Amino acid sequence: MTVRDIVERLELETLTGGEGLDREITGGYASDLLSDVMAHAEAGNVWVTLQTHRNIIAVATLKELTAVVLVNGRMADPDTRTAARQEQVPVLSCLLPAFELIGRMYQMGIRGHT
Amino acid sequence: MILPWFKADLHVHTCLSPCAELSLGPRAIVAHAAGRDLDVIGVCDHNSAENVPAVVRAARNSNVRVLPGMEVTSKEEVHLLAIFDRPEQALQLQAIVYQHLPGGNDPEAFGLQPVVDEDHEVLGFSERLLAGATDLAVEEVVADIHALDGLAIASHVDREAFGIFGQLGFIPDGLELDALELSPHTSPEEGRRRFAHYALPFLQFSDAHCLEEIGRTSTYFRIGEASTAEIRRALRGQQGRRVWLAEAAACAAAAERCRAG
Repeated sequence: MTVRDIVERLELETLTGGEGLDREITGGYASDLLSDVMAHAEAGNVWVTLQTHRNIIAVATLKELTAVVLVNGRMADPDTRTAARQEQVPVLSCLLPAFELIGRMYQMGIRGHT
Repeated sequence: MILPWFKADLHVHTCLSPCAELSLGPRAIVAHAAGRDLDVIGVCDHNSAENVPAVVRAARNSNVRVLPGMEVTSKEEVHLLAIFDRPEQALQLQAIVYQHLPGGNDPEAFGLQPVVDEDHEVLGFSERLLAGATDLAVEEVVADIHALDGLAIASHVDREAFGIFGQLGFIPDGLELDALELSPHTSPEEGRRRFAHYALPFLQFSDAHCLEEIGRTSTYFRIGEASTAEIRRALRGQQGRRVWLAEAAACAAAAERCRAG
């Protein structure tokens, strides 16, 4: 499943995308503590969060995450978008709260590591 | 001229903070600070400075200098200390913070938020959600503090919750913090080891939420007077000004006294 697949099926807004939209999602992680994401997310994960600070792009790049999905309709800060374009990190926005979004991703077959 | 050392605890809450004890009235705070040989305290309630003027007045005839301040919650839920010289500066920051602080307080869930005078008479209750977060990014909070000539210090950076490293992973490039605060739970040695990557000075304060905690850890400043300009020089090591964190042994002794009550 690619980033583009979840954008279409979950009706996500693509804030930044580019070539990253064709990357393969191999799992998911959800957290709003960036330190926790740095410690526990795995390469290939799609990351669900409500944080919008540009540090999310550095963390996504560092951990080789496939995409960042912002929940509750949150929008990325302007400098976050700039960094996302530079680093080719897809940043997506979803109107749903995290619990509901993650449930739908799980139904699509995306799993966290256990 | 040899400059004196000032013993400082620049992170003390009052009864206004919903999570703090109601016994934290202005005169009691000043008396406890004096009892701990503190020369300077900073009054930093969550997202408000409404009790700052009362604590300043309560300290008028004491040897304790009160620096007005606030502990602002950014939209990333990072806590940042603002330290000023005059109450008006803290109240100006409060005006900005209040424009960006949504929600109302539920006293049963978060606690009472009494605004008091220097004699601890209750003047009213803040109805704002002081336990909440502003919608200001860390960069905006630091810029607002600096625009008012204040010091911007990242609170309890060793704590996962509400510490800048926990919330944001690392300090964003270009964020012009003046210092990093360690909570009483981390020794200065451990703090320096864990955060050695950052070329920022460390400070250690009590984050007192009850009277007994005031001064449980403190930082000494070798400065000419208790002002933010002098503290800023000390943080930069300018003109003979210095910062010295109380050794771990002193912290332990203070904790022992605190337990003995």
